[in-house]
Amino acid sequence: MRQDLFEQRFGAEWQEFDEWLQVQLGAKPRGDRTYIPHREIPARFRNLARHLALARDRHYGAQLVNRLEALVLGGHQAIYGAQVSESNALFAFIMRTFPQLVREHWQSVLVASICLLGSMAGIIIAIQFFPDFAYVLVSQDQLAQVQQMYDPSNPRIGARQADSDVMMLGHYIWNNVRIGFQCFAGGILFCVGSLFFLLYNGIVLGAMAGHITQVGHVETFWGFVAGHSALELFGIVLAGAAGLQMGYALIAPGRLKRVDALKAAIPDAIRILYGASAMIFLAAFIEAFWSSSRIPPVEVKYAVGIGFWVLMAIYFVFVGRTKLSKPALQVPMSATAPTPSPTPVRPS
Amino acid sequence: MTSPAPETASRHSLPASAFNTNLLTMLDTPRVVPTPEGIELTIKVAGPIARARAWIIDFLIRAVVYMTIGPALAAMGKFGMGLFLIMLFLLEWGYPIFFEMFWKGATPGKRVCHLRVLHDNGTPVGWRASFTRNTIRAADFLPFGYGFGLVAMLMNRDFKRLGDMAAGTVVIYVDQETKAKPKVDAAAQSVAPESVPSLSMVEQRAVIDYVSRLKRWSDDRQIELAMHAGIVLNRETGRDAVDRLVALAGHYTGRVGMPGSSNAANGTNSNNGNNGNNGTNSIPVHSGSPTTNIAPGNR
Repeated sequence: MRQDLFEQRFGAEWQEFDEWLQVQLGAKPRGDRTYIPHREIPARFRNLARHLALARDRHYGAQLVNRLEALVLGGHQAIYGAQVSESNALFAFIMRTFPQLVREHWQSVLVASICLLGSMAGIIIAIQFFPDFAYVLVSQDQLAQVQQMYDPSNPRIGARQADSDVMMLGHYIWNNVRIGFQCFAGGILFCVGSLFFLLYNGIVLGAMAGHITQVGHVETFWGFVAGHSALELFGIVLAGAAGLQMGYALIAPGRLKRVDALKAAIPDAIRILYGASAMIFLAAFIEAFWSSSRIPPVEVKYAVGIGFWVLMAIYFVFVGRTKLSKPALQVPMSATAPTPSPTPVRPS
Repeated sequence: MTSPAPETASRHSLPASAFNTNLLTMLDTPRVVPTPEGIELTIKVAGPIARARAWIIDFLIRAVVYMTIGPALAAMGKFGMGLFLIMLFLLEWGYPIFFEMFWKGATPGKRVCHLRVLHDNGTPVGWRASFTRNTIRAADFLPFGYGFGLVAMLMNRDFKRLGDMAAGTVVIYVDQETKAKPKVDAAAQSVAPESVPSLSMVEQRAVIDYVSRLKRWSDDRQIELAMHAGIVLNRETGRDAVDRLVALAGHYTGRVGMPGSSNAANGTNSNNGNNGNNGTNSIPVHSGSPTTNIAPGNR
């Protein structure tokens, strides 16, 4: 077929597709026009691709091929690049996806917990018996500053003399979320980075906590950390766990190439990181406005702190479990009837 | 990427297939993205230097923001310091994510350098990919100055750093050539239909590319390059050769009015009012490269 006949025959189709594409890219739809209904788009797009292949094969002119290529590209990006937004995605994430993922990847969560919490606890206990051990781990100036921050005579706990709440909020957001992201990102270095950052932060936090406890500012310090400790520490643990998942995919990719194994591990790891970031962020607010306040008595602070830990445990252990009970009606199984699967389909 | 001049084909009498193969063995960065419809898209991946340039520009933009807003916030005392730290956090982590999602996959620095972030299947970048590549940036930055990221880019065929590998994204050059419109003076330079040579797609594209880049070169260089196109010139020399190529390019892209006879043998353009670039200029993926002709099924 000659080129001009080809263009005559199919030109109207291409023009319609171009108009549809413009609307997808954000042009205002003109009220009187009827655009291609969505269910016809796949067939139209395949036709367009076929026309482009024909035009190339028959060596039609560059202008025509350019035009068709532009339409095919636009169609490819509009169709395959469409973002599907799910209503209630946030609710489903909080109530189902996030706790399920944490339970599913419990091994990495356990390893990250040991690295962060275990090292912290170990060092706190060690410093009670060997007070000078703190000076091995952290510099003297830093310990002195931290000790002064938690001095009972300090009007605002956990802060330097003239700091304000909002400033501490900014500092906590900047500092703690960065630590979480570092623990996550380090995982891509075959887990080494994640392990390093988790252990490092555990050691430093343990040294400072142990030193302050040993010096005697027990109520100020533990009253301060009680409120936000659950969210912050476990948030960093989860970020590190996500990093360890990435690293483990690189270390033991199974039957896939390492890059493909990494890409397969990313969706779960990133969802855990979303949740962890939210937890650390929330902890920063609690730390800035609740923990540093001297108004509540320390017993209330302890109670709130323990309450947060218990709530968190309940959340991650019980929330999002499907009901695995037997169905109300016992339907006799036939050979061909498929059994419905009890596990829910995770929203992507 | 410059297509090799048609002079190669005429002087050495290479068959067309050999001519096309040479393009793939050149040191260049087009990558072929297959689509389910059987069409292959071509994207040009961007290397570390271009990306470093874009990053520096972004860094300077952020520095300017800090330096302008910083003193204003400092005047607000400790409250202002807190706001400054929050802004620091948002700009360090949220700036790239925000622009990649809401500004068609390019931060201002990338936009200035004509770069864009896409998934490696050619689709625009999504939330998860953007979040992934920008949080793993913390690992790419180690040990200092994007050391690990640079090593990863140099070891990877698509110049992907660690964040790109995990997220399945790639940074590409936005195609400039399809936006360049060769200027043609219609009255002075229309091409007589019988004098239009029968060129393959690759050769037509080479002529169009030449004309679209004319402004970059000095006059002498223009003439020097035009003299290589022996196959299309009717013994013109010097400035006439350049004008002849400009007229031909105008003919191939349909910008010059032409009497409507079309030659079935060589498939020349008929007069189309609609230029292929109209309306879809926002698509950055370069599809016009001659390398697409080499894909199986497309000769």
